[in-house]
Amino acid sequence: MSDNSGKVFGIAVTFCAMFLFWLLLSGMLDALHVGAGLICSLIVALISHDLLVTGEGEKRLVKAFRFFIYLGWELWQILLANFDVTYRVLHPKMPIDPLIIEFETPLRSDFALVTLANSITLTPGTITINVDPAKGKFQVHAIAQAPADALTVDKTMQSKVAKVFMEEG
Amino acid sequence: MDIDTVFLAVGLLIVVTIFLALYRATVGPDVFNRVAAINVIGTKTIVLLVLIGYIFERPLFFDISLLYALLNFIGTLAFAKYLERGEVWSS
Amino acid sequence: MVELIVVIVTILLAAGVFFMLSGAIGLLRLPDFYTRLHATGKCDTLGEVLIIFGLLLYHIFVYSPGAELSVQLVPVKLLFLIGFIFLANPTATHAIMKAAYNTGVKPWKKGDPRM
Repeated sequence: MSDNSGKVFGIAVTFCAMFLFWLLLSGMLDALHVGAGLICSLIVALISHDLLVTGEGEKRLVKAFRFFIYLGWELWQILLANFDVTYRVLHPKMPIDPLIIEFETPLRSDFALVTLANSITLTPGTITINVDPAKGKFQVHAIAQAPADALTVDKTMQSKVAKVFMEEG
Repeated sequence: MDIDTVFLAVGLLIVVTIFLALYRATVGPDVFNRVAAINVIGTKTIVLLVLIGYIFERPLFFDISLLYALLNFIGTLAFAKYLERGEVWSS
Repeated sequence: MVELIVVIVTILLAAGVFFMLSGAIGLLRLPDFYTRLHATGKCDTLGEVLIIFGLLLYHIFVYSPGAELSVQLVPVKLLFLIGFIFLANPTATHAIMKAAYNTGVKPWKKGDPRM
């Protein structure tokens, strides 16, 4: 019973999202284009509705709101990251000292792991190498000792992601 | 300062960046350096297409750059998968 | 008003090109494959986002007032492009690095010769 209502909700959300995409990307509002858009969005929503909206997870609105606040913090970190990389590249002596570190997180859901891996790649001095989704283990390549410490010792980024997805962190 | 001069100067600097990446694509010691350099050239092409769309005043070039962003991403992923496993599709 | 927008767009474009050039110089100067991916994966993404954001501001305020709807909706396409680049570029960088690590490319430690 809940499976059926979840499916209808998934189809409806996918249809609305696809039709909005069509209207925003084409900009023409005469009958032929809008009709073609309706038919194409309906076909796509019927075939692949379970890719966009998975049937699980509660309190999605609160999670989405906190996610946007987290994006604001992350944009500032991206700016800092690029000043750091530019300083290391253009300095005449090139102060780098690469190393590979590993750590574990208690996050388990797919979306949380992907967000954390993307944030690690976009912030100063670290890139994700391997993710083990069963145990939450990350393998990370760091360019110097200072960004590696910011990830394993301070754990600012992991606590912020855990606060967004409301899991223990 | 005229905005067209700014666009032309930015476009010229992006072409210089593409030539610097081309050096790494030819010299790089093994295949992974070359794949990284081709990824760089792909992302520069996206920006260059949007810029040329504004220089020539044709707002239709943005669709081409959106499509090429998708193609570049999938091409790099397919390359990485092939280099890791020796095949892209296993039946 | 138009002059202020032109100055802001020039600053954004110049910053974007500066980051892209430093990413390409890092591609030439750094001694190892993993460190070169650090330089390009971060600097490319931000430089691209800054340039396309500058062109978006130019389009809204200078190019399109008074045109038809399909020209006035172009900033939405550019916003999609920015969002897609934020998601796709780090993923591609991570995929190449994972392939290289699992195939056995050795990382560089301080004091090794350049490779």
